[in-house]
Order: sequence, then C-alpha cells, then structure tokens
Amino acid sequence: MSVHLILFLAFGAVCVAGAINLLAQTHPINSALSLIAVMAALAGEYLLLGAEFVAAVQVIVYAGAIMVLFVFVIMLLNAGVEEQTQGSRVAVLFGIPGMLLGSILVAWVVLRHSGTEAVAAGALPGDPVTIGQLLFHDFLLPFEITSILILIAIMGAVVLASKPPTSPAGVAPAEVD
Amino acid sequence: MVPLSYYLVLSGFLFACGVIGFLIKRNILTIFMSIELMLNGVNLSFVAFAAHWHAIGGEAHGLVPLSGQIFVFFVMVVAAAETAVGLAIIIAVYRTRETLNVDQVNLLKL
Repeated sequence: MSVHLILFLAFGAVCVAGAINLLAQTHPINSALSLIAVMAALAGEYLLLGAEFVAAVQVIVYAGAIMVLFVFVIMLLNAGVEEQTQGSRVAVLFGIPGMLLGSILVAWVVLRHSGTEAVAAGALPGDPVTIGQLLFHDFLLPFEITSILILIAIMGAVVLASKPPTSPAGVAPAEVD
Repeated sequence: MVPLSYYLVLSGFLFACGVIGFLIKRNILTIFMSIELMLNGVNLSFVAFAAHWHAIGGEAHGLVPLSGQIFVFFVMVVAAAETAVGLAIIIAVYRTRETLNVDQVNLLKL
C-alpha cells in the first residue's frame, strides 16, 4: 500500500464523512462547517493529483470566500433548526434507496470496466506558471467572458438584496424585530 | 499510484450526496449547499481526468494540456456568481416570506 493510496483514502474518508454529516445535520451552520471540511479535503485530493494551483484556489475561493458568504447569510437570517415535513419524508423513503442503488450501480460499472490505469502523484504539472500561460493565451476569450459574468452577477446580487423602494406594509419585515 | 476509478467513485459519491441533500433538505440554505457539493464532485472528476489524460499522452491528440484544470476554474467562477445571486435571492425571499422553509414558499403552487 503506497503512501499515495493511504493519503487518497485519508482525504477521501474526510470527504465522505463530511458529505454524510452535511445530510445528517439539521442546523444549517453545522452543514456549512461540514461542507468546509469536504472542500478542504478535496484540496488535498487535488494536491495528490498534481493540481497545486487548483488546490490553492479551492481553499481560498471555495472554503474561504464562498463558504464565508454562506455562514454570513446563515447568521444574518438567524437560521434555526429546519423542520421536517410530510413531503420530505416521502422523498427520504423513495429517494435514498433509489440514489444508493444508482450509486452502487455506477460504482460497480466504473470499477469493473475502467481497467487499472493508475494516476501517479504529481503526474501533471499544475503549477501557477503553466496555468497562467494557458489561461491568458489559449483560454483568453472565455476568461474575459467570465469577468463579464462576474460583473453581471455582482450587479444582480446588489439589486436583488437591496431594500425594495416601497414596502406594502410601510416597513420592511427585516426591521420588525 | 491510485487507479482513476477510485477518484471517479469518490466524485460520484459526492455528487450523489449533493442530489440526496437537494431532495430531502427543507432549508433553502442547505439545499444551496448541496448544489455546491455537486459542483465539487464534478470538479474532482475534471482534475482526475486531466491527470489521466496527461498520463496516457493525450496531448499528442491535439487537446490543450491541462484543459481539465482550466475547466475547474470556470466551474468555480460560475459557482461564485451563482452563490452571490442565489444568496441575494434567499435574502429577498426571507424579506418577503419571513421563512427559510421551501415548503412555505409556495406562491406559484396550485
């Protein structure tokens, strides 16, 4: 058993435990923290695959920025424990067995038919220099388009989250308590 | 050396957990987090396929090397934009409905 495989299994175990904990917890803040654990462990998997820059961006952007936004909104809205309803119990009854069956089927097919081609640790040079040259030469147009996408998303978020100009009740509900 | 299929199984498991959470969770924030989990599962398979493509010498067939890792960046950008807009929508919904439970956001239901 090589070190690479041991590290893969360790990070993978954190991923699996975090994903299951996200489903098991009823309070959103606990789910958010387990999602952060999943993302940090995924950064470790990326390092094993040689994608150093992707791993760094994963930690900074995903586990850092995006999840901070989530935690901020959870605290802003004072989100409590979620209540289960009848509809969701039906979903549990039929959804989980179906998904488990599908997952096992897919895993069996993938493990059976994909052969044993191994991915070596650090097989791919994913350092910032290579990524940057690719991003600014071959993928320059998509890169610039994503900047427009981000700009539109920022303006949309500001418009959506801003206070409506005239509230029908005279005062916005968020200001009541 | 880890077989490619192990990475794909882990990626599929994360995606499946995201789908399950999307279906069974009633809190709109947790549903949104499940979507992020699905995106992360897809990203893992992108990176694993990029490493595999490099290992079998796929660059000789004309595809730009490291494309898989570049796609991950675009997925992250889209996820960030989606999170910003989605959380703004959640705040707007909470402001008008004063609830985070998706069962009580039923204005369009018959």
